[in-house]
Amino acid sequence: MTHNPTQGYLDMELLRFTTAGSVDDGKSTLIGRLLYDSKAIFEDQMEAVRNYSLRKGNQDLDLSLFTDGLRSEREQGITIDVAYRYFATPRRKFIIADTPGHIQYTRNMVTGASTANAAIVLIDARNGITEQTRRHCFIASLLRIPYLIVCVNKMDLVGFDQKVYDEILADFNLLRSKLSFNDITFVPISALQGDNVVEKSGMMSWYQGSTLLDILETLDIQTGLNYTDARFPVQYVIRPHDDSYHDYRSYAGRVEGGVFKPGDKVVVLPSGLTSTIESIDVFQGSLPEAFPPQSVSFRLADDIDISRGDVISKVDSLPQISQEIDVMMCWMNLRPMKAGGTYVLRQTTREVKCIVKELYHKIDINTLEPGTDTNNLAANEIGLVNLKVAKPLVYDAYSRNRQTGSVILVDEGTNETVGVGMIIG
Amino acid sequence: MNTYRIKHLRELEAEAIYIIREVAAQFERPVLLFSGGKDSIVLVHLSLKAFWPARIPYPLLHIDTGHNFAETLAYRDRLVERIGATLLVGSVQETIDQGRVVEERGVNASRNVLQTTTLLDTIARYRFDAAIGGARRDEEKARAKERIFSHRDEFGQWDPKNQRPELWNIFNGRKLMGEHFRVFPISNWTEMDVWQYILLEQIEMPSLYFTHRRKVFQRDGVWLADAPFMMKRQGEEVVEMDVRCRTIGDVTCTGVTLSMADSVEDIVNEIAATRVTERGGRYDDRRSDAAMEDRKREGYF
Repeated sequence: MTHNPTQGYLDMELLRFTTAGSVDDGKSTLIGRLLYDSKAIFEDQMEAVRNYSLRKGNQDLDLSLFTDGLRSEREQGITIDVAYRYFATPRRKFIIADTPGHIQYTRNMVTGASTANAAIVLIDARNGITEQTRRHCFIASLLRIPYLIVCVNKMDLVGFDQKVYDEILADFNLLRSKLSFNDITFVPISALQGDNVVEKSGMMSWYQGSTLLDILETLDIQTGLNYTDARFPVQYVIRPHDDSYHDYRSYAGRVEGGVFKPGDKVVVLPSGLTSTIESIDVFQGSLPEAFPPQSVSFRLADDIDISRGDVISKVDSLPQISQEIDVMMCWMNLRPMKAGGTYVLRQTTREVKCIVKELYHKIDINTLEPGTDTNNLAANEIGLVNLKVAKPLVYDAYSRNRQTGSVILVDEGTNETVGVGMIIG
Repeated sequence: MNTYRIKHLRELEAEAIYIIREVAAQFERPVLLFSGGKDSIVLVHLSLKAFWPARIPYPLLHIDTGHNFAETLAYRDRLVERIGATLLVGSVQETIDQGRVVEERGVNASRNVLQTTTLLDTIARYRFDAAIGGARRDEEKARAKERIFSHRDEFGQWDPKNQRPELWNIFNGRKLMGEHFRVFPISNWTEMDVWQYILLEQIEMPSLYFTHRRKVFQRDGVWLADAPFMMKRQGEEVVEMDVRCRTIGDVTCTGVTLSMADSVEDIVNEIAATRVTERGGRYDDRRSDAAMEDRKREGYF
């Protein structure tokens, strides 16, 4: 397919996906392969990595050096933080959130998964499903990533044997009941040799499916968004104080759910005041409708009190409002969460104080089973907690809307983001 | 399936506008760092879109090394007048005159590193609590790890090992007195996205980005523009070539590319075919493997 960059750019869509794992399971090789085959690695980057590899005494080109950016990561030879990588094909632009796979980096996997439409999990064909495989799947499932792509890697080391592949698939099916993906796709690959990554393998004629890149280029991007429940958290009030726009007032924000049109009757929450959308404004003009994830501003027919943190919604699909919520919490900070602790909670554009009323139980992230009862949640641990907030929250269950159903907790003393949570109800 | 589809440039734009509005909502005294380069020009354009029909609710700040391309200053002044913004200038020459920093010597002397002191002094003088910058994660490996809302301590330092987690689209801009944030709304854009967006939005660009004849000389494989303050080594011969800038910074560290591209379409096609990153031509990044990480830790852009 020929590609004209100045004409094709208007037709491209954006897919965000996440990968988790270590050098051992071939994750860096896979990413290096995707970047290299799509020409996203440049000569000067290649030269820098080649020089660094030689200096470290490595004969082979170490592809992990393309993703490990910080000095401490290079020194230790491990990925510590989330790295974002970019590449494009004529059909799509891709953002990879590349995260480490070890259990002590659960919080970084959760971070990478929070914005992804798809997750790639790698299984070493020689080892089959491991604890790490299960952990990556569970985290991707908890974070409600719509698509899971399971790559059975290193097929070259098992003689491209279909039987090995089929056995791994059968094992995986035992996990399925615990996972909540819209779709799971399996691909047998060799990241090292390139089989079924970008090019179809000549060694596995028994595999009738698509290559990994084909899958990434065609899976439905819209699935992660909610087009039914109208949600517009107000970010900022635009008032020009200008002679030509003397009485102009609009509410700026991002559509986080549903579709809004001029003339729609809307309700502002938590106040419950109602009005009608007069116009959906964008730069030097207006739109006939607005939907996720557009950034727009609304002008309303009535002059009512609205400020940052309020949610504009529609009566046919109201969000929940409560001062008490149950949250699946992942702890991010070295100082543990304690029952009875108070924090600042942020959800959409709202900020409010909260107290941890109860930690029901931890989740064993290797089995997804409820763990022991406990009083605190340490870094990288996940648990189900009950929060009481100082003012009513306007929200949805995370399973219904990832934007209006997510919260972060901020330490009042250090201002660090110490916990992140998904609202259960 | 439904018809509510959004193309990648519009999605990146929506994300950037969301981030820019978060800055205006969460901070009391934001500022936009304007270099005259394409990324900061796109930031100004996105800011216009984010607050229309109101004016941009923060000033632009140019850190002036005194070693500018004349075209950059002309473009800057025209832009500021057209959009009715306030322009502030932090002068590296003044920082040198005050004895806060010492000028580098030798043929590779550059004021690039000195800018950090001027930037931090200016942020402190105006008590800015958020500085919006045009850095992108695809530019450089240390930048690939930086948060969109990036915390700076009271010394202006970045601590890459102790960054705040950033999830979904919730940005935590809480800070103590004297600390500030750097905010990067186009973190997720690539060089190609920036040029395609400029093409899509028909944004006027400085003439330096398009082909022109210029006196240049070659150093370590990089073409540099000649100027009175550029010291030459023996054997470095000044010649006239058809060139354009792929990035625009200070004259001392901005490499120029031999190019005949004279429209944004030409530039997009040129970038699609190129095999070298844009910062490959930046002399300032060549000082060491972790040059950018080291400068960022100290408070650089």
